[in-house]
Amino acid sequence: MPDATAITMEPNIYELSSPGRTGVTYPAPDVPHADPPGNLLRKELPLPELAEVDVIRHYVKLSKYNYSVDDGFYPLGSCTMKYNPKINENTARLPGFLYTHPLQPVETVQGNLVLMYQLQEWLKEITGFTAMTLQPAAGAHGEFTGVLMMRAYHNARGDTKRTKMLIPDSAHGTNPASSAMSNLEVVQIPSDARGNVDLAALKAACDETVVGLMLTNPNTLGLFDEHLEEIIQTIHACGGLVYGDGANLNALLGIVRPGELGFDVMHINLHKTFSTPHGGGGPGSGPVGASEKLADFLPGPIVGVVEEGHDDVPASFGFIHPAKSIGRVKAFNGHFGMFVRAYTYIAMHGAEGLRQVAEYAVLNANYVRICLDKTYTVPFDRICMHEFVAEGQWEAAPGIRALDVAKRLMDYDFHPPTNYFPLIVHEALMIEPTETENKDTLDSFVKALLKIAEEARSQPVLLKEAPHKTPFGRMDEVKAARELVLCCWLPEDYASHS
Amino acid sequence: MTYIPHSLHERDTMLETIGVKSLEDLFKDVPKKNRFPTLHLPAALTEMEAAAELGELSLVNENVRTDLVCFLGAGAYNHYIPAAVDHILQRSEFYTAYTPYQPEISQGTLQSIFEYQSLITALTGMEVSNASHYDGATAVAEAVGLANAHFHGKRKKVVLSPAVHPQYRLTLRTYVQNMQIELAGDNPVAVNDEWFSESSPERLIPLIDAETSLVVVQYPDFFGRIYDYAQLIESAHQMGALVCVAANPIALGLLKTPGEMGADIVVGEGQPLGIPLSYGGPYLGFFTTRKQFIHKMAGRLVGETVDTRGQRAYVLTLTAREQHIKRERATSNICTNEGLLALAAAVYLSLLGPIGLRQVADLCYSKAHYTAEKISRLPGYSLCSDAPFFHEFPVCCPSPVAEINAHLLDHGFLGGYDLGQDYPALKNHMLLAVTEMNTREEIDALVEVLAEVAHA
Repeated sequence: MPDATAITMEPNIYELSSPGRTGVTYPAPDVPHADPPGNLLRKELPLPELAEVDVIRHYVKLSKYNYSVDDGFYPLGSCTMKYNPKINENTARLPGFLYTHPLQPVETVQGNLVLMYQLQEWLKEITGFTAMTLQPAAGAHGEFTGVLMMRAYHNARGDTKRTKMLIPDSAHGTNPASSAMSNLEVVQIPSDARGNVDLAALKAACDETVVGLMLTNPNTLGLFDEHLEEIIQTIHACGGLVYGDGANLNALLGIVRPGELGFDVMHINLHKTFSTPHGGGGPGSGPVGASEKLADFLPGPIVGVVEEGHDDVPASFGFIHPAKSIGRVKAFNGHFGMFVRAYTYIAMHGAEGLRQVAEYAVLNANYVRICLDKTYTVPFDRICMHEFVAEGQWEAAPGIRALDVAKRLMDYDFHPPTNYFPLIVHEALMIEPTETENKDTLDSFVKALLKIAEEARSQPVLLKEAPHKTPFGRMDEVKAARELVLCCWLPEDYASHS
Repeated sequence: MTYIPHSLHERDTMLETIGVKSLEDLFKDVPKKNRFPTLHLPAALTEMEAAAELGELSLVNENVRTDLVCFLGAGAYNHYIPAAVDHILQRSEFYTAYTPYQPEISQGTLQSIFEYQSLITALTGMEVSNASHYDGATAVAEAVGLANAHFHGKRKKVVLSPAVHPQYRLTLRTYVQNMQIELAGDNPVAVNDEWFSESSPERLIPLIDAETSLVVVQYPDFFGRIYDYAQLIESAHQMGALVCVAANPIALGLLKTPGEMGADIVVGEGQPLGIPLSYGGPYLGFFTTRKQFIHKMAGRLVGETVDTRGQRAYVLTLTAREQHIKRERATSNICTNEGLLALAAAVYLSLLGPIGLRQVADLCYSKAHYTAEKISRLPGYSLCSDAPFFHEFPVCCPSPVAEINAHLLDHGFLGGYDLGQDYPALKNHMLLAVTEMNTREEIDALVEVLAEVAHA
């Protein structure tokens, strides 16, 4: 049960309620009042009652309990927490974009369609794929889309015995989950001593039952696989397809086009690589690129030219359904608001700017790695791409875990790196600085981590009890899972609230 | 321009520390023949130029605030969004944070999701809500995942009403294409005028059997009609099947909740709750269920707890259900969801409260009924259905909907949805939506233009 003795920092929205208040008023009806049939009316509507100022103060107060990219360094590995340019927020809110209905006749929304078409073309150019859909809502959604396309490709060729997806042990959990949603058997492929896919194991797993391989490259250790071409050839040789998890595309902008390397299908995270904000957990956006082989299987509709322009008449854009489409993966046209932001970002960077993004993201990651690798074990210590993984444990500091290092970092006003991922590194701290951070910030971060390593030996309790300077301390997660209080009222009271 | 802060001097110092001569040297693992391709992209713009270019592009569109009067709905609705909603969303403490993996410095996000869960369960009359799905369509598809997990994949049939949004039905089909699931009832070809006069939710009952895992209906349905699903749900339960109701959250400001009718899963499109039309996204899928199904529910969940200092606080809980722990055994692969839009819905519902939400629902209901009544008296037009409806209704028109809409567009109206696109027997049937945004003058003007078309 909720702890009656708990101290309340900010009341919840129901505790702030007072009967009769409202934050909005609406015009009186200008038509005769009508009532639904009495048997279809709800009896009560248990929402809180607040004035506008109450609501604003409540959420502003809550916002101050958050750490964000605009507060400081957020090196959350694999999430690419780069700066979100403010102009993007303005362009996405232009009334001409914001107040268009997804089902308007195409001739009234040519601006939107030009933007979507152009973004498709730019993403194709950047990634080297033949075709692109903008529809998937997030990275995992794009993965699921890609897996369905791979399966549909084999099925369309009458090659129906392919039921296995190969996935390296360093992969994001979404890869196996996306494969399972397509009713595929997951076969895990180990990594070798240098952090690459174990080629011998991969070859042994390849046969005529393989749908393909889901490969994150650079992988979640931040390493560009040294045998990438051979891996892709191996999969293709057994008739399989290669899926690229584009979570780490930030390292590759202007450096290499995955489509040219032989990937057959790949998702892109606009919310990582192309600076659309992460929103406290979304919305993301996960466009999917396809090679010529898979282009016809993309989810529909995608934007295309329906009438070529000539002289002074501009081309006319509309929706096109790929010939063997797997179908729609969501309603309407994808996360359009995110398209406007990504378009703005790409337009402002151009080819040279995008290449600099990748170069400086990789520079920053290697700089932090070199500054730390004498103090923290870096299991695969070679030139990395945009991120690297260190261990948050030392023999000389028994009992100290990556979690303690992460929590102590908050006292130095940094967001912790991703911890306990990838699963193949013990006590993993996965650090992705992005191109956003300057040398001074990186130096202070390194200084803090070196200090923490020292504290781990000399004053371990400082780490064990960290964080000390944040508004909240460590959480009782067992209590949360055991009591399952998931609403502002007690579970027993559910009945009276419905 | 870029947002990269390094000076050339800093760059060189860092390269020296790393022990490489140039930035190029960092990329030696990349196959040489593919390294550093030339990207053919337009020349980089400054912020000033980008603002101008995007501004011009946006003006090519006709929008429903300044150019067109909107009577189009079909799953995305033109509602008023109080100014305070976007002011909260523009707090960069919210929008530039990510998933609250570190609860000590993410209580803002966590408490607001917890409140969102509370508000959505209150609205739907259900017991638990997750932190969101991508949209209404994918939330419906995930309901199939829950039912499938609940029956351990043993029940292979899903009964799907043809009166569920066409794009939701298509999305569901995409999701289950490799799952050997039989879909019954989803027969849009059979939806004709006779179907309208005879259809009731109870017509689905004979399709439900011991093989059925889930029955999916919509409330109000795609045609705007409102039914009490209690009898259908009871029949489904007798067969051991679960029932998912996809509900419009504004309608729930007025109408009996699916929870009260006995639904097992209530999902829907949260866009009407303070989220702009934005050409279709990003929107918000809400997902609620009963406590007994919580371990099979996909998506993030926030629970209350205390911290080491004795303060009430919130954490992501039951994470063992999710892909990052359970990998291929997870119910779903969902990871990033619609966090910021869930915040929008929470702020919207907090601002409106029961008084405001009921007002909006009342205005939608009254204005839609005023519109329907006027159109029904126009020669050549009739209402296709006499079932109760909320704020949307199908109209049988004297000519093809595309023609009528073209004429309406000439007069500054965004006409209704052409039902013939999805239901072949419903040519000349238009689905009109009316919200609190439509004034009596606009409605009267719409009716006048419709009358002109009938006479033309």
